[in-house]
Amino acid sequence: MCTYVTNTAEVSGSGYAHGEWIDVRTVVVSYDHPQHAPLEHALCIDFRTGGDPASHVAVELDAASARRLAAAIVATLDSDEAKTLG
Amino acid sequence: MSADAMRAQTTTIAGRNGDEIEAYLAEPVDRGTVPGVVVIHHMPGYDRATKEICRTFAVYGYTALCPNLFHRFAPGGKSTDAAAAARAAGGVSDDQMLGDVQGAIDHLRAMPDANGKVGVIGYCSGGRQTYIVACTLDVDAAVDCYGGRVVVDSPEQLTPQHPVAPIDLTPKLHCPLLGLFGGRDRNPSPEHVAKMETELSDHGKTFEFHTYPDAGHGFFSVDFPMYDQDAARDGWKQIWTFFGSHLAV
Repeated sequence: MCTYVTNTAEVSGSGYAHGEWIDVRTVVVSYDHPQHAPLEHALCIDFRTGGDPASHVAVELDAASARRLAAAIVATLDSDEAKTLG
Repeated sequence: MSADAMRAQTTTIAGRNGDEIEAYLAEPVDRGTVPGVVVIHHMPGYDRATKEICRTFAVYGYTALCPNLFHRFAPGGKSTDAAAAARAAGGVSDDQMLGDVQGAIDHLRAMPDANGKVGVIGYCSGGRQTYIVACTLDVDAAVDCYGGRVVVDSPEQLTPQHPVAPIDLTPKLHCPLLGLFGGRDRNPSPEHVAKMETELSDHGKTFEFHTYPDAGHGFFSVDFPMYDQDAARDGWKQIWTFFGSHLAV
């Protein structure tokens, strides 16, 4: 099935794509058919600059991997050191 | 010239509002007049596997044309960037899709070796779009390969891009419809397919559905694990019989 499940967030940072750094302004998160990962559905994360459609960094993960990534992000941000600095 | 000779290449066609959009054309060479088929790509976009489907149609004596429905999101760019940008923008509207498919139909009918018949086939999200095309545009036969959301389960599934439940267009269906589905698919599930059958029967439409019990969604997708050899082999056979019956002159 096509899920059409997509969420978008405004973010601020940088990404590395095609040998150079790009500004990242939006992240599009979906759980649907991937373009490349050999999966029926993937958690697709697309960091985008906006404007130039080639200016983006895409990642496609299986659901369990994506949950580990999410947990790792939260654990990192919740560490005492990161909380102090953030 | 060999009996299976073909030309296959990226070209441009006039899409909705006359916009020039990219399309992939595969055509038999020196085989007299032939039918045309509009191929509507799946959600991951206008990719290598979809182009291979077009070439398969050409081998079997059909001129196949696949409009890149995501073209406007990255004109002149990579199809993968266009597909990602399309997803970020919430997808392609049904109105825009219909305009681009009409452009593909017009292009096929204007080709020098056209026999005047044009079919449409779509996969995944393209299956849903095929159902809408078959109920809206002038085509001679249509094949819906596991198009989800033809039956809309909740109002949240209707969006500005997809404002109408395709099943509600069924009274306007004016060509024979072939449906190929996986019994393990969740959208369209066997229950969705049953609703479609009921609606089509109630309106006296000509249709033929095949559900492969052990297949899931995307069983024609050779690059993904959903590929199901038995379903794909029989599905292609059904397509040749169906289009052979309805697109010949």
